[in-house]
Amino acid sequence: MSKINSVTCPVCGCLCDDIELTIADGIVAQVKNGCAMCEAKFFSHSNEHRLKTPLIRKDGKLVPTTYTVAVRKSAEILAKANYPILYGWSSTDSEAQRVGVELAEEVGGVLDNTAVVCHGPSILSVQEVGIPTCTLGQIRHRADLLIYWGCNPWSAHPRHLERYTAFTDGRFENSEWMSYLNKVKAAAGRKKIKSLERKGILKHRREREIPTVSDNKPTEILDKKGRKLIVVDVRKSMTAEIADYFLQVKPGKDYELIQGIRALVRDQELDVEEVAGVPVEYLQQLVDAMISCDFGVIFFGMGLTQSPSKFRNIDVAISLIRDLNMRTKFAIMPMRGHFNVTGANTVFTWQSGYPYAVDFSLGYPRYNPGETTVVDVLLRQESDAGLVIASDPVSNFPRKAVEHLVKNPLIVIDPHMNATSLVGDIIIPSSIVGVEKEGTAYRMDHVPLPLKKVVDPPKGVLSDEEILNRILKEVRKIKSNRLEAA
Amino acid sequence: MDLLIKNGFVYDPINGINGERMDIAIRNNKIVESVIEKNSKIIDATGLTVFPGGVDIHTHIAGSEVNTGRLVRPEDHEKDFVRKTSVTRSGVGYSIPSTFTTGYRYSLMGYTTVMNPSMAALEAKHTHEELNDIPMLDKATYPLLGDWWLVLETIQKGDLEECARYVAWMLEITKGYAIKIVNPGGLESWGFGRNVHSIDDQIPNFGITPRDIMCGLAKVNKMLNLPHTIHLHTNNLGVPGNYETTLDTMKCLESIPSNGKPVVHITHLQFSSFAGEDWGSFRSGAAEIAGYINNHDHVSCDMGQIIFTDTTTMTADGPFEYTLYQLSGHKWVNSDVETETSGGIIPFHYKRKNPVNAIQWSIGLELALLIKNPWKVFMTTDHPNAGPFTAYPKILAWLASKKARMATFKRLHKKAQKKSILPSIDRELSLYDIAIVTRAGQAKALNLKEKGHLGVGADADVAIFDLNPEKVDIANKFRTFRRAFTNTAYTIKGGKILAKDGEILQQAEGKTIWLDMQTKKEIEISEEIKKKFREYWTVEYENYPVSEHYIKNSSPIKIKADV
Ligand code: SF4
Ligand SMILES: [Zn+2]
Repeated sequence: MSKINSVTCPVCGCLCDDIELTIADGIVAQVKNGCAMCEAKFFSHSNEHRLKTPLIRKDGKLVPTTYTVAVRKSAEILAKANYPILYGWSSTDSEAQRVGVELAEEVGGVLDNTAVVCHGPSILSVQEVGIPTCTLGQIRHRADLLIYWGCNPWSAHPRHLERYTAFTDGRFENSEWMSYLNKVKAAAGRKKIKSLERKGILKHRREREIPTVSDNKPTEILDKKGRKLIVVDVRKSMTAEIADYFLQVKPGKDYELIQGIRALVRDQELDVEEVAGVPVEYLQQLVDAMISCDFGVIFFGMGLTQSPSKFRNIDVAISLIRDLNMRTKFAIMPMRGHFNVTGANTVFTWQSGYPYAVDFSLGYPRYNPGETTVVDVLLRQESDAGLVIASDPVSNFPRKAVEHLVKNPLIVIDPHMNATSLVGDIIIPSSIVGVEKEGTAYRMDHVPLPLKKVVDPPKGVLSDEEILNRILKEVRKIKSNRLEAA
Repeated sequence: MDLLIKNGFVYDPINGINGERMDIAIRNNKIVESVIEKNSKIIDATGLTVFPGGVDIHTHIAGSEVNTGRLVRPEDHEKDFVRKTSVTRSGVGYSIPSTFTTGYRYSLMGYTTVMNPSMAALEAKHTHEELNDIPMLDKATYPLLGDWWLVLETIQKGDLEECARYVAWMLEITKGYAIKIVNPGGLESWGFGRNVHSIDDQIPNFGITPRDIMCGLAKVNKMLNLPHTIHLHTNNLGVPGNYETTLDTMKCLESIPSNGKPVVHITHLQFSSFAGEDWGSFRSGAAEIAGYINNHDHVSCDMGQIIFTDTTTMTADGPFEYTLYQLSGHKWVNSDVETETSGGIIPFHYKRKNPVNAIQWSIGLELALLIKNPWKVFMTTDHPNAGPFTAYPKILAWLASKKARMATFKRLHKKAQKKSILPSIDRELSLYDIAIVTRAGQAKALNLKEKGHLGVGADADVAIFDLNPEKVDIANKFRTFRRAFTNTAYTIKGGKILAKDGEILQQAEGKTIWLDMQTKKEIEISEEIKKKFREYWTVEYENYPVSEHYIKNSSPIKIKADV
């Protein structure tokens, strides 16, 4: 039995690096400090259903093969293709991502990562107006006003609050843990009652009513000293339950609401009674809290990036932060989901100049989201082969895009079988990055962290980086043979 | 095979060689006394100019800030893309080239060693990952230490020994090369949106002043026997009237014992030599600054020369970038880093017809020409802040030819022309001077003993230019000179021919140079510090250092410290 400390969790963009593992008989036996998602990931490596050899489709069926054959066949597919797509990348290490860019360039393909389905709009906005931001520790030390907008860290980034924001002690700001604890208890109590009701143990009470506008009334809490937590969302999430103030926005009305706030920040009078369903006087109180804080921050999630008018939403949110910086210090940060989607954007950018949707088909990097984004390439039915790594587009791409992806030869590299591998032509199992392979990942605030190898991969299973390197080498061999033949 | 560069006009200022016709012999990756001609590959350099490989003391080419700059400027890349070839990777320019392209472009101009001058320690791994992807060059990088809490706290306590030990530890674990200080005290203040405005302003929450930081770290620099001096970006950078702050800064460092050697390198000095009360009365303070430097030996500097083009500014000086944002309304990135530093990015277009930009252009050249000793002032653009490094040949022409600078001068904003003293300066740099301001002087300021010269034992880094100094008067034929320095005839690094006549022949990896600090007392990180670590940063102590995993080609220099 051995203990390993300071392990980085390869699950979400929080990239908590304080995980303590106990290893027994080559298996993760105990996980300390991590959340439930973290535990699930570290235990998953010993899952019996792990694929241990590559599979290749023969007569419509997937049959086992060797890495040598799988690599060679993959290289043949990619070398032959005119316009292959290479997609995924957000759940692997930067070391593999580097090889990925080189491979995409070598085969003249379209390189894209999962940002295209989550924070793509955020990136476009950043390219349009920039972004005033900071590392997470800066928030821990200094922020006295925390706003989560269109995101629910309690379930998607479970340790975000305790490690970086409301529940942490910083140099200039203290944890608000005790005051929240009571609310958490209360909220948990409510949940318990609900579940008892569902099970019929408790007599069904009157359904909780959809909050009325009066629920949006700011309380005197916004005047209190110390950290304040505000949640803006279309529904009352668990994070909202524990917030000092929950502002419920009508679905699709974020843009209007932010514009209203901006106007008030700029001391303009609003000649309406309500903005996006919120009375102007409440908004005014919120704005007062914003401009009187020492350091404020807005974290935003898919509630903002994937709702209607998503592009404009982020533009206007960042513009609000620019305005606020005229009055006080304010930052904004996207809540990145996959643990290394930030790394994918980062590596693609330093090698090619562009964060995603990079088209190498002309021999140089070209970037035109909406055209060179993988989903659009698929919808136009232009690609003629695909490599999917560390991601599952079949589960989350539009149906038409998936149809085209499946129609062409498809290579899938992933530690686990998923919906995409079930329809692939060559399935190459890889070791789990951050569990069975060391590497690097970038936290949502761009801080790079080392990932550890804590157990061995199943015998013979190679890493993403190694598989890609072998494919690249093989592609080069095929191309130089072709050149000689010509 | 050995290499023999025959019969070129050699300029090697460190060894006092000024255009003599001679041979340079290379074995493996070093310059040697001689090689046997018939066993060697011969480069006939008859009628060509031979320089040591170029050294750049200050160029932002890698790391978080630079990469965010790349990210926010797709429009900058679109107009300047680079195709893949059988030996090179594809990429993009213009003002912030992608990593591979950065390496190739430097190499084509004859550069072989460059210094990345700004790195937040928390993000050092990122910097090194990018440096690994910049081929063709040897590299080093400077961690930002001027506003690091442990520096502020130990200086506040008055315990410089402890401060020195922290700095030594930081240099080693970030694989860094020099102490970088940016707007001391201003960055910590910027954490709450404030700034400092003189070297004697109080830094909120820490009870010390920028003066304390600069003097403290200059002393620490001595105690640690670091090869370079403190590398300083002054307070009030980019603010009209700041030349007075710069004078105060230089004066406050007079008391540091120097033995006639520099104790501070003030970087991109152009941005710190502004006179006038505001943008309307804006004028040059170069004469005052140059006058001071001519009379004192404890300062070296680099130009930060403005180029009239669309570029991208990026510095750790968050408040300065915020000011630029207020002036331009352009897209603005701010990126503060916990317990260490801040940062900002603004695209910027310097225009000839803008009176302020025009005067800035003049200030850079005035400094380089009025500071008499070329070993004190080096040619840079603070890439990409005042312009991309690919503009260097233009600057060289302005320095070497009055005709060249007057050709540009005539096209400046009229008011700026009237205010400028540039037409009264006749000095023209010789090829020997050019070799000093682009390699020898920079290598010496960095104390890189095997760089910047062609003596026996030096690294075999050589730049050969298609320029016959007997036939071409560079002051007169500045265009010929400029063309010759845009693409070398040969770039040789580590004894390998990397580029020839504007084409990359092969891709080669460079080394990463860093300081392996040998302190008297083992630098011990106590449990208390480790505990502090968790309080100060959001990462674990163990995950903070840059391990060897992040250095592809490691080249440590052992430094014996006095603490
Ligand atoms: S919050 Fe995210 S990174 Fe942290 S332990 Fe949970 S899943 Fe892992
Ligand atoms: Zn700089």
